[in-house]
Amino acid sequence: MQDILAGLKEAVQLLTNLDSQTYQIIFLSLQVSGMAVLLSSLLGIPLGAFISLRNFPGKKILMHLVNTFMGLPPVVIGLVVYLFLSNSGPLGELELLFTPQAMIIAQTILVTPIIAGLTIAALSGVNKNIALAAASLGANSWQVAWTIVKEARYGVLAAIISGFGRAIAEVGSVIMVGGDIEGSTRVMTTAIALQTRMGNFSTALALGLILIVLSFLINLSLYHLTQREGR
Amino acid sequence: MYEIKGLQKDYEEKRVLDINYLRLEKGKIFGIIGPSGVGKSTLLRILNLLEKPQQGEIYYQGNLVGDNEKERLAYRRSMTMVFQQPTVFNTTVYENIAYGLHIRGERGKKVQEKVSKTLELLDMDGYEKRQALTLSGGEAQRVCLARAVVLDPQVLLLDEPTASLDPYNVGMIEKMVRYLNKEKDTTVICVTHNMFQAKRLAHETMFLWEGKIVEKRATEDFFAQPLDPRTKAFLEGKMIY
Repeated sequence: MQDILAGLKEAVQLLTNLDSQTYQIIFLSLQVSGMAVLLSSLLGIPLGAFISLRNFPGKKILMHLVNTFMGLPPVVIGLVVYLFLSNSGPLGELELLFTPQAMIIAQTILVTPIIAGLTIAALSGVNKNIALAAASLGANSWQVAWTIVKEARYGVLAAIISGFGRAIAEVGSVIMVGGDIEGSTRVMTTAIALQTRMGNFSTALALGLILIVLSFLINLSLYHLTQREGR
Repeated sequence: MYEIKGLQKDYEEKRVLDINYLRLEKGKIFGIIGPSGVGKSTLLRILNLLEKPQQGEIYYQGNLVGDNEKERLAYRRSMTMVFQQPTVFNTTVYENIAYGLHIRGERGKKVQEKVSKTLELLDMDGYEKRQALTLSGGEAQRVCLARAVVLDPQVLLLDEPTASLDPYNVGMIEKMVRYLNKEKDTTVICVTHNMFQAKRLAHETMFLWEGKIVEKRATEDFFAQPLDPRTKAFLEGKMIY
């Protein structure tokens, strides 16, 4: 209990003292996870829409694959990305290992199936007559698809929020491909892991509390955005 | 407006439509009646070019409708359909009605004017900002009709549009259909289970039975002196199906 209270106190101190190192870690966390979620949304929403709205051979297999990839262990993704980006790997020449870009790649691979899978679920809940109504009003196949995605916007937004939650809380892959380098690739989760390993529980707890508050604020803003739009 | 030759439509193994010949002239209101499951809605979807038949030719405005999607879309944009279940988009009434105009690239004040005028015609002034999903069934169906009417279609296809609506909403919708036909020369093809509605609205009525057009005549003659015994049995409520 004392550790928790000390953690709370330190969290407030870290934020109010304008500790530059803390702010840099927070900023990098948001930057990496934000970019990964943006890329994952750009890939996952169209992929989910395609799988959900089109009939093609192998559709079911693709759906099972997406569902399987939704639960991929981050360390496996970290390992694969590491192997690709390491000096001896096929993308070694890009020299991306232990950079924020490598962390973005790993998180994008982690989050894309989550957004795609939840988009499929959201679109399957849309009234089937919506597509017919849109087509009868003169919509082409792209416009019909876009109309259905818009109808499922709350579900799609929930997919994005879930993706962000997964990305910001992720530690396994970013520590492998980012290396937790101070001032360069240290994010909140890797910092928490480090502080815990060093026995600085109150600092680790403080960072954890900041992470929770940040996630809460982002979710709250997205929720209000949809509520305002829905009014 | 339409000419259909040798049309056949199957769902899996079952033949749902088998029409040798059907001609629907421009500027008329056609009523289609028949028991449930005889292919009435399928015929409407084919006329709306939302579905393709396995066999047969469809001529629209004298042109043979082919498989070219661009061409089909161009034809489809001159017609529209209102379904039995009021299906509104999860947005405002204004956005619902402006939908078809927006996807045709229309924007700005012109759209606002068209939407306002259409709402006025359907006695729905001031509904613009209401959320469509909060409307009653009758109001939602009027929005669906407004959404179709605002496009100024050459053909309006109605699939039992007033089923389960109260008399006021039925009256409003029928009034609008008559207005469109009279003032805009819109061809209306209406599937209905309500024979009185067919009598009130249609210039010509046809009876569809097991995917075939059994009889098609001027509405007055159709109801007064049906020629086919199946039509007669259906109108007298004696048909067992």
